[in-house]
Amino acid sequence: MLSRVADSLYWMARYIERAENITRLLEVNLQLLLDFEHLDDNQVKEHWDPIIRATGDEKQFYELYEMADSQTVTDFLTFNTKNPNSVLACIFAARENARQVRDQISSEIFESLNNLYLFLRSANAKTVWQQGAWDFYDRIQEHSHLFQGLVSSTISRDEGYEFMQFGTYMERADKTTRILDVKYHMLLPDITDVGGAVDVAQWIALLKSASAFEAYHRIYVADVNPAKIAEFLIFSNSFPRSIRFCVKEINDVLHRISGCPLASFSNEAERLSGLLLGDLSYGSVEGVLNQGLHEYLDGIQARLNEIGASTYNAYMFQPPVDLAEEIQTQQQQQ
Amino acid sequence: MDFKNYQTEGFFDEMFAADGEARPHYKKLLERFERLDPEDFDQKRQAVGLSFMRAGITFTVYSDDQGTERIMPFDLIPRIIPNSEWNFLERGLKQRITALNLFLKDIYHEQKILKDGVIPPSYVLGAKNFRREIVGIHVPRDIYIHICGTDLIRDDKGEYLVLEDNGRCPSGVSYVLEDRNAMRRAFPNLFPRAGVRPVEHYAEQLLKMLQYINPNTERTPVVGVLTPGAYNSAYFEHCFLARQMGVEIVEGRDLVVRDFKVYMRTTKGLQQIDVIYRRIDDDFIDPSVFNPKSILGVPGIVNAIRAGNITLANALGTGVADDKVMYYFVPRMIKYYLGEDPILKQVDTYLASEKEDFDFIIENIEKLVVKAANEAGGYGMLLGPWATKEECAKFREMVKADPRNFIAQNPISLSRHPTYCDNGDFEGRHIDLRPYILYGEDITIIPGGLTRVALRKGSLVVNSSQGGGVKDTWVLYNDE
Repeated sequence: MLSRVADSLYWMARYIERAENITRLLEVNLQLLLDFEHLDDNQVKEHWDPIIRATGDEKQFYELYEMADSQTVTDFLTFNTKNPNSVLACIFAARENARQVRDQISSEIFESLNNLYLFLRSANAKTVWQQGAWDFYDRIQEHSHLFQGLVSSTISRDEGYEFMQFGTYMERADKTTRILDVKYHMLLPDITDVGGAVDVAQWIALLKSASAFEAYHRIYVADVNPAKIAEFLIFSNSFPRSIRFCVKEINDVLHRISGCPLASFSNEAERLSGLLLGDLSYGSVEGVLNQGLHEYLDGIQARLNEIGASTYNAYMFQPPVDLAEEIQTQQQQQ
Repeated sequence: MDFKNYQTEGFFDEMFAADGEARPHYKKLLERFERLDPEDFDQKRQAVGLSFMRAGITFTVYSDDQGTERIMPFDLIPRIIPNSEWNFLERGLKQRITALNLFLKDIYHEQKILKDGVIPPSYVLGAKNFRREIVGIHVPRDIYIHICGTDLIRDDKGEYLVLEDNGRCPSGVSYVLEDRNAMRRAFPNLFPRAGVRPVEHYAEQLLKMLQYINPNTERTPVVGVLTPGAYNSAYFEHCFLARQMGVEIVEGRDLVVRDFKVYMRTTKGLQQIDVIYRRIDDDFIDPSVFNPKSILGVPGIVNAIRAGNITLANALGTGVADDKVMYYFVPRMIKYYLGEDPILKQVDTYLASEKEDFDFIIENIEKLVVKAANEAGGYGMLLGPWATKEECAKFREMVKADPRNFIAQNPISLSRHPTYCDNGDFEGRHIDLRPYILYGEDITIIPGGLTRVALRKGSLVVNSSQGGGVKDTWVLYNDE
């Protein structure tokens, strides 16, 4: 497979997953606001600030907007194409990548993605959003699910498939760390509120942002306990959005691409993913809390980035050809 | 839908004879359309447009920073060619491409046709697209033009004439296949009843041809389509063909030349490629030989061709056959190489570089069609009878300044075809026809081709960049 194609397939899948996660985060937090009464500007800002911080785009946000509120944050994360991680920018980028590799993906995938793109580019999109953000975000999520279904049912299990899976799970692992981190940044009105109604509502919102509400409750019946939630989203070996689950998939995918047996490694990416998987497989939530949840999640994000970079070096990066030098060499051979 | 108000207005009409009677090969289509109410028709029309948009069968117009994607305007009424007429065209086109390939082989090797004085050498050797770099280089199977899109028109008597040969990178074949697809969905039952010959095997034939020109005969060739990239207006077609053939689509930056061989840069290292269907012009394909500023091409690919390690389709240097001055000499080539008279006629042409013709052109410019010898897409052209005095004067000066670069032709009253217009009725619009010819182990032509239609009333320019649209083209198994 061409290196360029592998890169495009990876980013296509990754951008779609990113768009889906952002919409869930926004949708849930818009809902959450409805649970509170009489919020003043400052409280609204305190609600949205952590989300901006968690996405890692805080600096850019404050270059574009003065104040974090429902309107500005949703605009920034949904429609503003100056933000490369807004929903619109993600879907446009996913579609552009799909266009680059049209010959590699099924026409069903391209058409579904193209439909979403045409919808978002139409004047209709903003109207739908104004009439109800939920319908709008649902639509994006449905398309993301459709994408995953189509990848699963129309793509041969070859290298291209693996690079798409790699993109999906890399993004998902990263976003789960960020969603979990949102709560770290959320301040409770008062120290006595810990475990109170607001606190619980925030934790529930967090679970919903990760599509984990039902799955969590199936295991921990009706008990919204921060340590358990962290344990579930980090260490669950069966929930498909937990960090451990995603890293296991990443590790499997990398080994399938190279053909190297799971217990060993043939490149740096495999070594790093194996190492991270080991830590996640044998780690405990007590250890995480001792270290500090935020610090721990920061560390995971950094390690995921290293896996991404070394995979890029192993498969997608091609040393740039010095055109002038190449021309000269070829002319000497004429 | 009916054609009661339809007027042929003295033009040769594909569907209706001068007396207003439908031609026999259009009768079944006419019956079907007469049973169609306007609402159904409109619904089908919109459905087809929407399906093109959704499938991304678009070309990009860059008027703002994002670029707007447009679909090629598609007319629902197909153009129909009866079997015997098609057989005649097929014979004529095969004869013509055979002669053109013999001509290219000759001028890049012995140049007998020049030595025998059939064509003045300066016309060939001084042609803008004559590539000195490949003189004496053998190309596999001696084929230069593997894929040709010859433009045909019909005059006021319905006689087919060759308008130009496109022997470089003719585009549009994906529309032929996608338009057929759309028509099948819109009128599923009409096809078996009308007896339409299929076109779907094109990609298979294209691949077979590309494999046939494999330079490394000891192994199964790796084939690729070379595209300028996703921002090229024909990118959809490049992907479409690659996908249909199941071959790799590559850009210049995916390829690198080492030891006179061309390699693709893959996730598993370098992989050698043997045959490239290239959709990049000669000028841009190798910055170490041609335009050094090109970033689309592959430095060293000409070295690999010389070493016999890669075949390009079409070969380098075919542009000389597209030169409109060379067009003038094609009937002589046919006679010279094949000893035959041309089966297909072509438009009478005046060469501005010949004294007598030059005087005639300058005096009669407002009655003539003047064309630059190396332009395409409807550019660099003067339609004398429809042009302003200023435009005529401008072209007169251009011809005087550079006679070698201009030809002139008598204007042809192109045939017309009923076409759906914005006013909700059918009106006659001028059309042409571009059949796609493949030259491999044998010569194959998909039945039909691209019928382009000038959608603006009275316009003779069918190019999509200038308000043209397309129609599905049906070749029948029979004559009616």
